[in-house]
Amino acid sequence: MNRQVISILVDNQSGVLSRVAGLFSRRGYNIDSLSVGETETANLSRMTIVARGDDATLEQIKKQLNKLVDVIRVISLASEESVYRELVLLKVGAPSTNRAGISEIVDIFRAKIIDVASESMTVEITGDESKIKAFIELMQPYGIKEIVRTGLTALQRGDRDIKH
Amino acid sequence: MKAADAIVKCLQKENVEIVFGYPGGAVLPLYESLRSSSIKHILVRQEQAAVHSASGYARSLGRVGVAIGTSGPGATNLITGIATAYMDSIPMVVFTGQVSTELMGRDVFQEVDITGATEPFIKHSYLVKDATQIPRIIKEAFHLASTGRPGPVLIDVPKDVQNDRLDYVYPQDVSIRGYKPTVQGHMGQIKRAIRKLRNSKRPLICVGGGILRSKAQEELANFVTKAKIPVVHTLMGIGALPVDHPYYFGMVGSHGFAHANRAVSQSDLLVVIGARVADRATAGPGLFAKNAEIIHIDIDPAEIGKNLGTLIPTVGDAKNILQQLIKGITSLATDQWVQNLREIKDSQKDVLFEDRVGVNPKVILKTLGGILEDTAIVTADVGQNQIWAARNFPVTGKRQLLTSGGLGTMGYSLPAAVGAKIACPDYQVVAVVGDGGFQMSMFELGTMAQNGLPLVILLFNNSRLGMVRELQNDGYGECFGIDLTGNPDFIKLVGAYGFSGIRVHNDDQFADAMKTGLAATKPFLVECIVDPKESTL
Repeated sequence: MNRQVISILVDNQSGVLSRVAGLFSRRGYNIDSLSVGETETANLSRMTIVARGDDATLEQIKKQLNKLVDVIRVISLASEESVYRELVLLKVGAPSTNRAGISEIVDIFRAKIIDVASESMTVEITGDESKIKAFIELMQPYGIKEIVRTGLTALQRGDRDIKH
Repeated sequence: MKAADAIVKCLQKENVEIVFGYPGGAVLPLYESLRSSSIKHILVRQEQAAVHSASGYARSLGRVGVAIGTSGPGATNLITGIATAYMDSIPMVVFTGQVSTELMGRDVFQEVDITGATEPFIKHSYLVKDATQIPRIIKEAFHLASTGRPGPVLIDVPKDVQNDRLDYVYPQDVSIRGYKPTVQGHMGQIKRAIRKLRNSKRPLICVGGGILRSKAQEELANFVTKAKIPVVHTLMGIGALPVDHPYYFGMVGSHGFAHANRAVSQSDLLVVIGARVADRATAGPGLFAKNAEIIHIDIDPAEIGKNLGTLIPTVGDAKNILQQLIKGITSLATDQWVQNLREIKDSQKDVLFEDRVGVNPKVILKTLGGILEDTAIVTADVGQNQIWAARNFPVTGKRQLLTSGGLGTMGYSLPAAVGAKIACPDYQVVAVVGDGGFQMSMFELGTMAQNGLPLVILLFNNSRLGMVRELQNDGYGECFGIDLTGNPDFIKLVGAYGFSGIRVHNDDQFADAMKTGLAATKPFLVECIVDPKESTL
């Protein structure tokens, strides 16, 4: 099974997210993450989907997405030609004895502490998957209370964009 | 202008003359505007029939069908019809009333999320929240329904929006950024296909419903005649090439003919046109045409490579691509191959079953072929009657056979026949149906009566769900067979609606009964008694 990052430009109509998500569930396609947000142009949104499947399935996923009337363009973003990022917030157990240790790791990873309470800290980190995986592993000994992730989002490197 | 009036104006702009529907509270503003318009409304007796009738209308005329229902249960009743139309790529625009905008999302009386419910099996849908968008949406809906790979489009209009006001201007053009179907075939691919055909020893063409949707029957006949390539077809491809064409070699698939399936397995180059070749057309994934290289021509790029590994994919409209192929092709040296296929075809014999009680449905449908005119429209339901019709009723000349191929929807035949008869009042229309499917749509006898439609219902009554019985017998043993004890006396039943009927017990009685039916000025029932043990093939 291959993994592919698919970037989709869509008309920002009500129901477009459910059409895209529904396509994956009803055709049994595997989806690792989906992120969506507005773009530089009003009424257009951009979705980034991480999908898994063999080559034929990934091809079908793109063709089926293209069939949706709200979908304007579908491209694959290969890792060597793209930048991938994800934002993760985690709340980690941090009594005063642990704060220095956590803070040190946060600095090394260029993450950010965005909230401190008596027994916990909330940390923000962005990066690609390997960086985030490594960071989470290092936080585990402190006791992770909660994690939220935006899902992967990605852009082509260089001057090219999805419209060309 | 009131939005409901604008909807009617837009429909008139799209040359809609007839709509099929069933009213209810949330769609009454639209009905009020329809009432005072030139558009004729055919009242069905249940919403599913409105969609099937719109389908029969659309298919027989090659135009967009229109169906209307109300919110809630009206909308959910439309669903099976919409899915049926989607699977068979039938151009259709469906309107539903919706509860008023301020009530939406509160689970009020007769509220249902119909755009959400139909999402998996509809080409596109609109929930109209702003009345000023109505002209654009309707223009887009008809464009989407009828171009590219055709299909149903839903427009859900809340009641308060129907009563809103707008400045009516019907747009001239459609511009949908995410919808640009490829019509012209890629010349490079077409040239590659022609080169492959020239080098092929046993070329074969397999066509589906795409030929009919594209109205490419003439181009197909010209191409195969010029190139001398034999043709097989799927269930949806019935009518793509007349059965008496010299290169016609029958229907493929699990219910197709052995000689057609043999042709597929012996071919070294298969050209699939306008067919998705799903499970019913093949013996299983990877088994179809395993000795052949595949050229796949389809307007929907997603169909190419979905079920078949393809050497030369060609996206585009079948008519357009066939015109290009005709220009590029010369007569191929296929005489020996065609001769072989003819010998195989001629050596096939029907399964013998002599001690039957009642008629032989296969003989009946062949006899029907001798009786009907060259323009007749036959609808078939689902089950044994469908396969009997598909295999034995000869679609020649301009005849059409309309049936639910993809979804396999029982209850399709009667309302589809209503739609076809309303679309083509001068053509003979015969609805082939079993006693199971008849009872799924028999409320449509009311629609036939109200509109005085002189069509003939050809009912095969075996008091069984024949195909289910056959599958159960094969899979689970004799004792699980379903029977339909409790069937009415069908002649009396149509009598209650004011029609006549004749019951036929043997093959010899059929022709006279059918001729009587065709001469009638009202709907007519020809009920054939069929042995429950009668086989499908």
